[in-house]
Amino acid sequence: MTVSPEQVRHIAKLARIAMTDDELERLVPELNNILGWVEQLGEVDTDGVEPLATVIDQKLRLRDDVVTDGNIRDKILANAPEAQHGFFAVPKVIE
Amino acid sequence: MSELTSKTIAELRDGFRAGEFTAIEIAESYNSAVAGARSLNAYTVETPDHALAVAAAADKARGNGDLPSLAGIPLGIKDLFATEGVDTTAGSRILKGFRPPYESTVTANLRRAGAGMLGKLNMDEFAMGSSNETSAYGPVISPWRRKGSNVGLTPGGSSGGSAAAVAACIAPGATGTDTGGSIRQPAAFAGICGIKPTYGRCSRWGVVAFASSLDQAGPMARSVRDCAILLEAMAGFDPKDSTSLELPVPKWEAGLSSDLKGKRVGIPKEYRIDGVPAEIDALWDQGIEWLKDAGAVPVEISLPHTKYALPTYYIIAPAEASSNLARYDGVRYGLRVEGVHTLDDMYGATRAAGFGEEVKRRIMIGTYVLSAGFYDAYFTKAQKVRALIKQDFRNAFEQCDVILTPTAPSAAFGIGETTDPLAMYLNDVFAVPASLAGLPAMSVPGGLDGQGLPLGLHLIGNELDEQIVLNAGLAIEERAGFTARPEKWW
Repeated sequence: MTVSPEQVRHIAKLARIAMTDDELERLVPELNNILGWVEQLGEVDTDGVEPLATVIDQKLRLRDDVVTDGNIRDKILANAPEAQHGFFAVPKVIE
Repeated sequence: MSELTSKTIAELRDGFRAGEFTAIEIAESYNSAVAGARSLNAYTVETPDHALAVAAAADKARGNGDLPSLAGIPLGIKDLFATEGVDTTAGSRILKGFRPPYESTVTANLRRAGAGMLGKLNMDEFAMGSSNETSAYGPVISPWRRKGSNVGLTPGGSSGGSAAAVAACIAPGATGTDTGGSIRQPAAFAGICGIKPTYGRCSRWGVVAFASSLDQAGPMARSVRDCAILLEAMAGFDPKDSTSLELPVPKWEAGLSSDLKGKRVGIPKEYRIDGVPAEIDALWDQGIEWLKDAGAVPVEISLPHTKYALPTYYIIAPAEASSNLARYDGVRYGLRVEGVHTLDDMYGATRAAGFGEEVKRRIMIGTYVLSAGFYDAYFTKAQKVRALIKQDFRNAFEQCDVILTPTAPSAAFGIGETTDPLAMYLNDVFAVPASLAGLPAMSVPGGLDGQGLPLGLHLIGNELDEQIVLNAGLAIEERAGFTARPEKWW
């Protein structure tokens, strides 16, 4: 399965990475090379095999639903590119 | 006291406790060595004051008897670990200037054990790489050089700074992380020891995430004993990491023994690969002889899905990375590109400016294999093959106790020599299967190749059996007699 320039543009949009036409053009053969190589997994018979989700057999731990953390607003905002009134500030979302 | 920088952690620990030298003397020797080795570009941040402050406290506490295990020992910390108040960049421009308001569990454990910090170590961007060439802060230059050559070599990656620092004696030990070989391959290239423990042994909390089902922290040092000492301090249950193993940390140092009588060492036939230099195969054969000498019985085993491990990894790891790196959006921390109109533009521009080529490539692959219409064909398929790879190991461990392979398919290569991404991925062909199966695995130096460069031997153990990996590593260490150090050109 090969990717077209249009598909690569779509993937870049999904990944929210802005790309110039040149970059997209360069990426098409690079991605096709890698995707062509991983395609060999198609040779493996995986009928009846459960996908491996946990690497080491573990049960996901649960804990009581109580607040045990928090009240560190300033620490959380400390690395913000822009913070206002105790919030993260971003460009307008709604026009 | 420059001879302090040639001592192992065990020697420093014992010498400090016996009063032969002070912790301040140790810290000063290493701080000085760090400052004198900037041409290696191993450290992105130097923290000499931190090392001195912790050393002063250790000296003060020495009189009082009960010292924590790493009192007096300063370490280098891979820049993937969040260190409170100290720049943590993961080798990326997108986190330039980021100072975490919290400490990773692993480095907090080391701090509690009394270790000081010499600085943050350079690495491939977001741990994606096998040569430390993808760092936004410049490549690390290996302290090793080919005989008669000035060509700059890579230290391997992604823990390239860690490997270079330990090999050049500008840190007695360092933390690394290993997702698809990133501790073991640089350890092999640099002629040092490095171990990736069982998945879940070390907490991932505060470790900048690359691929969450694969990432593991581990130590890199100049001896097997040192790795055991560091791993004991680093490991342990952490309620903040949902995949953390709720098990006590074994006393790996006390359990060290190079007597392998009664142990079977598996030699997987699928790891004899065309195109791998004869010297590496020869070292592997030599390793088998060494382990026989230690009492082990070699057993030929088969890991039938070995050749599918790398492509499986290069679907799963980029997929997980595309999810983990979605958080770098310019909103809460890190780089933000200004002067754009909409929020969406800000995301796109920030990530375009902040991520390097290899990171973008992997995010793109990951996004593709998880996208609608392709998820089953790629990601689910890869998870199924991963299950088969893990089953291969389960079957193998019925017939053997530890597995021996080469660590890497070549010695260190030159900076800029490998331009094809796929060719770079092949560096991890021997290391990746153990990562996919979550098994403990270690590289120990076996010898030098014809050009004077280190080659490593690789040991894989069953789940939770770091002890046999360390013990087999010790058996090799004792017989390999590897004392080579890079000749100081920096």
